[in-house]
Amino acid sequence: MTRTKRYFEDVKEGDELPPFTVDNLTRGDFVKYAGASGDFTPLHYDQTFVEAAGIPTVFAMGMLNAGILSRLVADYAGLENLRKYKVRFATRVWPGDSVTCKGKVTKKSVANGEHLIEGEVQALNQKGEVAIQGSFRAALPSRG
Amino acid sequence: MADTSDIGRVGKPVVMKIEAGKIREFAKSIKDPNPLYRDEAVAKAEIGGIMPPPTFLMTLAHWDDGDGQPRVPLDTRRILHGEQEFEYFKPIYVGDTLTAVTKVANIFEKTGGRGGTMKFVVMDTDFTNQKGEKVAVAHFTVIETGQAVASS
Repeated sequence: MTRTKRYFEDVKEGDELPPFTVDNLTRGDFVKYAGASGDFTPLHYDQTFVEAAGIPTVFAMGMLNAGILSRLVADYAGLENLRKYKVRFATRVWPGDSVTCKGKVTKKSVANGEHLIEGEVQALNQKGEVAIQGSFRAALPSRG
Repeated sequence: MADTSDIGRVGKPVVMKIEAGKIREFAKSIKDPNPLYRDEAVAKAEIGGIMPPPTFLMTLAHWDDGDGQPRVPLDTRRILHGEQEFEYFKPIYVGDTLTAVTKVANIFEKTGGRGGTMKFVVMDTDFTNQKGEKVAVAHFTVIETGQAVASS
């Protein structure tokens, strides 16, 4: 086993998801995500284009940050248990920024035989500004 | 008032194959070292096979030749991705073939701060697998700001 299986009974409302930080995102990281995702919006790699639009530098795709943040949720709840993942984009992430991912469980419930947990997650830059405000819902196994 | 005449427009179905190499590349690009995305034996033992990361359905862009997204006229210099939501109903595995159908779910306006009037467009994409099971829905919200997306 590469991970600990988390059961519904192991989780309490208010529990924190183990946080982590990805340091120093680079333009190269944006380009890798562009290639991996197919998102070739020039705002994220074309310096000439962004300057013409009045923006100082290229910035990270929101979905790159959302992808980084999704690890927090998948590692905690189990990829196969995830039922919903939602993100709202706030502050942009620029080259050289770090992204810290953290979150907590806000609710436990049982509905239609599923043992559900819900939580809030955030991706923050190195100044503590919120880049992404997110939420998730997952159906965990139960010890019955 | 926003022009809402595009609400309900539906794009052409896009067929998307779920491939191991693409999942591996995507997981690397989001800096997720989880072996479940890389090691077939580990993934098979733990979750029945390699599954894509939660936001992988964004790679639909690679399979869409331009007809999958119903057209709503927007100025690419002024657009921001506002929100993204995924709902997952059934597991998706490497080897699956998904069909994605996108429709314009909503268009509305809000008065923002520095950006003036903002136009919101919400697109919903239904993903159905080769067995006809609806596996996921993606809700994509794009915002067109009143002026160029200023630095913050």
